[in-house]
Amino acid sequence: MTKQHVLTTINGEQTEFLCEPQQSLLGALREDLGLTGTKEGCGTGDCGACSVIVNGRLTCACLVLAVEADGQQIETIEGVAEPQALHPIQQQFLEHAALQCGICTPGLIMATKALLEKNPDPSEHEIRYWLSGNLCRCTGYDKIVRAVLAAAAQLRGAEA
Amino acid sequence: MTDDKVYRWIGSSPVRPDGIDKVTGHAAFGADRLLPGMLHGLILRSPHAHARILSIDTSAADRIPGVLAIVTGTDFPDVTAAMEETGESQIDVRDLARNVMARDKALYHGHAVAAVAATTTTIAEEALRAIKVEYEPLPAVLDIESAMAEDAPLLHEELRTKGLAEMPARGSNVAAVVTYTRGDPEAGFAASDVVIEREFSTPTVHQGYIEPHAVVAECRPDDQATVWCCTQGPFVVRTLTSKVLGWDVSSIKVIPSEIGGGFGGKTTIYLEPVAILLARKSGRPVKMVMSREEVFRATGPTSASRVRIKLGASRAGKILAAEAELKYEAGAFKGSPITPGCMCVLVAYDIDNFRITGYDVLVNKPKVAAYRAPGAPMAAFAMESMVDEMAHRLGLDPIRFRLDNAVREGSKAAYGPKFPPIGLVSCLEQAALHPHYQAPLGPNQGRGVAVGFWFNVGMQSTATLNVQEDGTATVVTASPDIGGSRASMALMAAETLGIAYERINAVVGDTEMAGYCDVTGGSRTTFATGMAVIQAARDVVDQMRRRAAKIWGIDPDQVTWRDGQAIPPAEHATEQSLPPLDFAALAKSAAKTGGSFVGRASLTAQGAGAGFGVHLCDVQVDPETGKVDVVRYTAIQDTGKAIHRAYVEGQMQGGAAQGIGWALNEAYVYDAHGIMENPAFLDYRMPVALDLPLIDTVIVEVPNPAHPYGVRGVGETPIVPPLAAVANAVFDAVGVRYCDLPLNPPRVLSGLLPAAG
Repeated sequence: MTKQHVLTTINGEQTEFLCEPQQSLLGALREDLGLTGTKEGCGTGDCGACSVIVNGRLTCACLVLAVEADGQQIETIEGVAEPQALHPIQQQFLEHAALQCGICTPGLIMATKALLEKNPDPSEHEIRYWLSGNLCRCTGYDKIVRAVLAAAAQLRGAEA
Repeated sequence: MTDDKVYRWIGSSPVRPDGIDKVTGHAAFGADRLLPGMLHGLILRSPHAHARILSIDTSAADRIPGVLAIVTGTDFPDVTAAMEETGESQIDVRDLARNVMARDKALYHGHAVAAVAATTTTIAEEALRAIKVEYEPLPAVLDIESAMAEDAPLLHEELRTKGLAEMPARGSNVAAVVTYTRGDPEAGFAASDVVIEREFSTPTVHQGYIEPHAVVAECRPDDQATVWCCTQGPFVVRTLTSKVLGWDVSSIKVIPSEIGGGFGGKTTIYLEPVAILLARKSGRPVKMVMSREEVFRATGPTSASRVRIKLGASRAGKILAAEAELKYEAGAFKGSPITPGCMCVLVAYDIDNFRITGYDVLVNKPKVAAYRAPGAPMAAFAMESMVDEMAHRLGLDPIRFRLDNAVREGSKAAYGPKFPPIGLVSCLEQAALHPHYQAPLGPNQGRGVAVGFWFNVGMQSTATLNVQEDGTATVVTASPDIGGSRASMALMAAETLGIAYERINAVVGDTEMAGYCDVTGGSRTTFATGMAVIQAARDVVDQMRRRAAKIWGIDPDQVTWRDGQAIPPAEHATEQSLPPLDFAALAKSAAKTGGSFVGRASLTAQGAGAGFGVHLCDVQVDPETGKVDVVRYTAIQDTGKAIHRAYVEGQMQGGAAQGIGWALNEAYVYDAHGIMENPAFLDYRMPVALDLPLIDTVIVEVPNPAHPYGVRGVGETPIVPPLAAVANAVFDAVGVRYCDLPLNPPRVLSGLLPAAG
């Protein structure tokens, strides 16, 4: 099978790769580019573990074909922290013990980032609604919601 | 009765040692391992719930370019039956081998019958389609009633029911009958003013860990295999894999990856022996990752159940007699959690007369695996619903009624021994005082209370503590960190050594680098592995005291250890000739004073402390649709000493959420042929963020006298109360006693309609 050439931007860096036409973006990220921070929990868009941001929009990488990444701007968990500092969302997830096993955490951080870029001051209900595409089986979501509220407050403070 | 000792580190909630890796995507989970030349392995699974395998023809698949290995049941040795302990359950290794790869019969839809390894997943998929399996479909038994029927088709013709007075001559789908009795139940019922009886049912549910099972295996030409996998216990994987393959344990090295949830479901094996054989045949590393559909169809679930309870009480509110009959589905091989279910069903109450009977029932469904407090939630759903009903019938407050019958220190547990200090009464008192219990309820709202219990276990743990020359220390254990246990290990080490938490790293070792540890399960890790870490830290303290004594030229017994320092006896200190030597100074000079410090401890932990919890649940029921929303929830639990407070709260909240899912939505839906119709997260409906409120927690700390810091164990108890807490709240809201889970909108609405009409 002839592989397809894709030229895309991942975490601000121009990236080229070859993929099979039926391969998902998730598969290309994980297997061809070694970006295994994006997780696969279901492969059917139900769990959100593979959440990435494509052109500013929260997306399940398992539901996008790798070839569709051509010419797009893609953000993954690997691009969230600064070289010397965690992003406030990451810091608040840690401070609030908002993860237990941590498999859903990259997806939840990407979903939170997409939320706070749209809505810097979400209510608890808005957070729960927005994060309902990201399954967490360990925490019962309590500490995740609190971490997102704290991250939102910190980011608003930083901008003020 | 709470712990009033003052600690420097224990009870705080610092950031976990592995935190940065987990929030940046660097932590490597099961499927994240990539090796050069790695092949992709896939499993062919039975399309029938019950069928004889007449033949398997792999020749066409073998000819596909890129297919490098194929295995079927005949590639595995025929293992002899023998029981192996896996943490909270025992597994017969013959059954395990036949679950890993079917031999003569496929026993459930999704049962593995063959496996291939190919250069790409696409080629492996093509190869699966090219394997020809000839089946003779057999009638499937899909529920407890039909499995126990006189003329039921048998899953295992040779199986004889254990636990009867005489070994039966005929085969059966009932693998075992267990009984517990005390006093004279008939007399107890005769003396009761009120006797009630109901039967309850719960469906098959899955642990629902977000990370599917994944493994990478390598096998050298001399049959030395290395396995990377996501597991709750690398040593248990090694033991079970070696049994299934008939190899020595020393020929298999297991390296645990980070683990994306397990809840008991990753205390056994599915892929590991298959991946090793594929790697051995192909001479290449082989990676196997289950799809979510495979996870549902072929791993994990816990038993569907039927539980009948009869309860007798006096008008004054004393339970005088109980009878409980529990039937749990085991799946395709014996071994449901029927024994713990029976041991737990009446455990919260001091009852003089009872009879408990349990049945382990085989059906053509996946073999059940441990799931958080295995067997207890279904038993508690029935019993706590009945206790609620009895309180209601007697006109008593449900907490008061429970307090009047609760077990306490010295009570004889239904399963035998007398309880040491336990916290059930404290938890009930805290529940009664909690603002939640007084909060006003709105229209269509109701409040439920329920109690939960889990034994918690001890078992084997080993810890090594390596002191570095910069005055830091590394704790090494083989207990996979499934919910922040590295942090609790580091906290206990810091407390014992008297140095800062930040100076300690905790790591998870493999089966060659670390000493033996049983699984992270049974709520045992903070208790038992923690105990080993504390002993290893004490070993370092002893070594440092002796080293200081040597430096000072005094007797080691004269040296005390306080706040991370070796302190000379008063007469030397006052001369100021001997200033204290602290941990960092001793570590720094170790090379010159006798070598580096390594603490170690290995133990089989005794005295695991039983954990009781009480949950309060408020629901709102939509009378139009039957939808139940949990609007307020409080989990109260005696955890013993809470080491990392935030992760203790997290266990309580997470357990509550899983139990709420079990109560409201989760269920395997089967068609008439035994094929699960909802093997995806969209249709197997676990709670999402919008389904739950904030979950309040109250940590009650009745110290466990068997642990140096009073730890009991936390993780399992919180999944036990929610099923009944939710159902009791629904009863309070709408006046209907629902006995069958899940309480999804169609079921709740069907209960409301006759009342409305």
